[in-house]
Amino acid sequence: MIRPQSIRATLYGYRPTNLRARHIILIGILLLCLLLSTPILTVFSSIGQDSEGAWQHLADTLLWSYIGQSLMLMLGVGLLVLLIGVAPAWLVTMTRFPGSRLLEWALVLPLAMPAYIIAYTYTGMLDVTGPVQGFIRDTFDLRFGDYWFPSIRSSGGAMAMLALVLYPYVYLLSRTAFLEQSVCVLEVSRTLGASPWRAFTRVAVPLARPAIFAGLSLVLMETLADYGTVQYFGLSTFTTGIFRTWFGMGSAPAAAQLSAVLLIFIFCLVVGEQWSRSRSRYHHTSSKYSQLPRPRLRGWKCWAAMLYCGLPVLLGFLIPFLQLAWWAWDTRDLVDFSNFGELMMNSLKLAFIAALIALCLGLLISYAKRLYSGLTMRSAFRVLGLGYAVPGTVIAVGVLIPFTWLDNRVDAWMQAQFGISTGLLLSGSLSAVIFAYVVRFLPVSMNTIDAGLGKIKPTMDDAGRSMGMGAGQILRRIHVPMLRTSLLTATLLVFVDVLKELPATLILRPFNFNTLAIRTYELANQERLTEAAASALMIVLAGIIPVILISLSISSSRPGNALKKREET
Amino acid sequence: MRKIFFGLFSLTVVVLSALPVQRANAAEVNVYSAREENLIKPLLDRFSEETGIRVNLITAGADELTTRMELEGANSPADVLLTVDVGRLWRAKEAGLLQSVDSDVLSSQVPSQYRDSDNQWFAASLRSRVIVYDKERVDPAELSTYEALADPKWRGDICVRSSSNIYNQSLVASLISHKGQDATQDWANDLVENFARSPQGGDRDQIAAVAIGQCQLALVNTYYFAGMINSTIEGQREQASRVAVFWPNQEGRGAHINISGAAVARYAPNREEAVQLIEYLVSDEAQEWYAETNNEYPVREGVPVSETLASWGAFKADDLALEQLGIHNAEAVRLMDRAGWR
Repeated sequence: MIRPQSIRATLYGYRPTNLRARHIILIGILLLCLLLSTPILTVFSSIGQDSEGAWQHLADTLLWSYIGQSLMLMLGVGLLVLLIGVAPAWLVTMTRFPGSRLLEWALVLPLAMPAYIIAYTYTGMLDVTGPVQGFIRDTFDLRFGDYWFPSIRSSGGAMAMLALVLYPYVYLLSRTAFLEQSVCVLEVSRTLGASPWRAFTRVAVPLARPAIFAGLSLVLMETLADYGTVQYFGLSTFTTGIFRTWFGMGSAPAAAQLSAVLLIFIFCLVVGEQWSRSRSRYHHTSSKYSQLPRPRLRGWKCWAAMLYCGLPVLLGFLIPFLQLAWWAWDTRDLVDFSNFGELMMNSLKLAFIAALIALCLGLLISYAKRLYSGLTMRSAFRVLGLGYAVPGTVIAVGVLIPFTWLDNRVDAWMQAQFGISTGLLLSGSLSAVIFAYVVRFLPVSMNTIDAGLGKIKPTMDDAGRSMGMGAGQILRRIHVPMLRTSLLTATLLVFVDVLKELPATLILRPFNFNTLAIRTYELANQERLTEAAASALMIVLAGIIPVILISLSISSSRPGNALKKREET
Repeated sequence: MRKIFFGLFSLTVVVLSALPVQRANAAEVNVYSAREENLIKPLLDRFSEETGIRVNLITAGADELTTRMELEGANSPADVLLTVDVGRLWRAKEAGLLQSVDSDVLSSQVPSQYRDSDNQWFAASLRSRVIVYDKERVDPAELSTYEALADPKWRGDICVRSSSNIYNQSLVASLISHKGQDATQDWANDLVENFARSPQGGDRDQIAAVAIGQCQLALVNTYYFAGMINSTIEGQREQASRVAVFWPNQEGRGAHINISGAAVARYAPNREEAVQLIEYLVSDEAQEWYAETNNEYPVREGVPVSETLASWGAFKADDLALEQLGIHNAEAVRLMDRAGWR
């Protein structure tokens, strides 16, 4: 069998010099990947260490409960986000009903809400001691135990909290996929006698599968890495287990080994999905894009759609937002607003820098994966992709270990050679913080860009090549313009994620440097939830603008749109 | 091409701006604090005003901070480590992160059970873990000791937070130290049977749960309860008013004590300033501030306590050497795991 690669090679004549250049670039990129995966590899390298019986103790007592609880949580969150992420994306893209225009972008809003904050907020409202149950007791003159009320601090509660703020990943990516699907395929399915429901389940969803799964895997990874919510709800998951083992029992090796188990787990999940669709291809076969039909829904369907799409926004954003605003107003005299400007600037600065770097690296690495589709590059891509599933604290320590090692080596060398102490150059500076962010959030930008690249037909590259363009030129003149939406989405997703990030910032930041997330956490940690509301609200407000931008850019991303605009002018 | 060049250039500028800037050598001291910013910064600011020493501050969990110190090694900028429990100070000492301090002020002002035997750490304030009870349903005459909480008569009546919390770990460590491991294991097994609900939330949540009748007793730190009594939020004050403090083990060894404390880092670049800062933390001014602002007990005799604490009266404190809490901490965690204390 002749491989298309070799045909292309003969047709367009890769010269040996080109090959050598290709190899040098490949090695360069692999080195970059290696550098970026040092924190993850540091965690892996702990597997061989002796945990002095801590591991045995875990296996005897809580290990299975950690595994069980984490699996349950992933399953629950996974099902919930599919339920409230995919169908609303379809409804607002393909139909019209009152408010559908508004919901198009409002459905993304919960993304601005950190999971631990929504957990604090709902607990404040719904816990046994909160106003809702208090109202029930007062109104019906009941005592505790006389009535049934679901406990918010339970695995069910944690699933709901996480799903409510994480579903936008699935929503965003599946919406992008639906927007980009050619209507022709759907129309064909309709002419073959499929009902709209069947067209959705049998054609649109399977075609959008890579996108839906990309979103789902982000959600599941974030679920596994979550510490704030599960800790607050008192659940025994992998993350709480890692910290308990590490800090409570003082066993760093056993904690690192738990993290490694977590990583292997995620790795299997990702590889399994890859394998299951290994033979399918998902790029568009037709470039015909007609206007989406978007029929107007009527009667009960209209009401059902409004409710179905409105509920996630109401529960995931509006209610917690109003509660936070209420608390912030209530505690306005207690809160020290004097350095809010500085905190805000710090948060925005970090988010901006990290998002830009993650964008550049994400584009570079995804494109390299397209160019060099060998096993090495694909494995590197997968390993880097794990960062998102690792709890921030573990990443932070994974950054500290190599950074301090390097700093101390440089210092020792400078002392020996010139008698100058350089001290700690990298660790303890913002570059360590940003490096940790990039390692943790690069998967978000890589996956988004990779999904976008996957939709561009390889013949595009070939066309470029046949016109004598090099790889760099193809990227710049063909891919980047076609990827505009994906690139913007990648940047803004990382931006919002960094705004919400807490543990890595907390451990790695330099002296006298605070962010909004840190301020919120410190007050919440002292069990002063209402006073924490003001800074929590600021995080949400700072996140709303990029979130709306993401939404708008996706709406205008339908391939036919650009064409239409050009025709108009 | 020009665009790419410009992009790379601006990226370099951004990265460089993130690198540390070497500061001029004015007198300064670097603090790694497990006490949150709003609970320590005002005090540090006063210290700066009085001495002219600039204080640089990082706050995070004590474990995170000590991990960072350990990795930074001899080049660590940390001068002072502040924690809010003794277990972490002990662990930092074991890891070789602290140094002995020979200070007349500290040796004379801090009673010996509240500092390390090698003078590697010193308490700055005290807090006790006490029983709080529902005033309506519980007769305090029924209460006596921590040990008695395991009595089957309290089945389904006790609220307490997770065993991941350091204050529970320290309390259990103190029991191991007094009663031995086997007796403590039995106690923990029985106590878990008496839980009203699976452990969740913080100490204030336990107090609130007592107030609304989900449980009758709870184990909490004194300053949380005092904080609720003095809260600006009416709901919290109302809940606190339904609950009262009981001092356990007054006939015997006394109520369990934990501390917030301070230590000088082994490789402290500003050792003198570090000692000066710790001495300031046990001065009259700072001790009164702790008592007034966060309702903690001063570490020195004769410093007035806050009005709320005064209303609870004097109590007998356990005089167990605090390093015992550190020594038994890991065992306490495993013991609670075995008891099924989540």
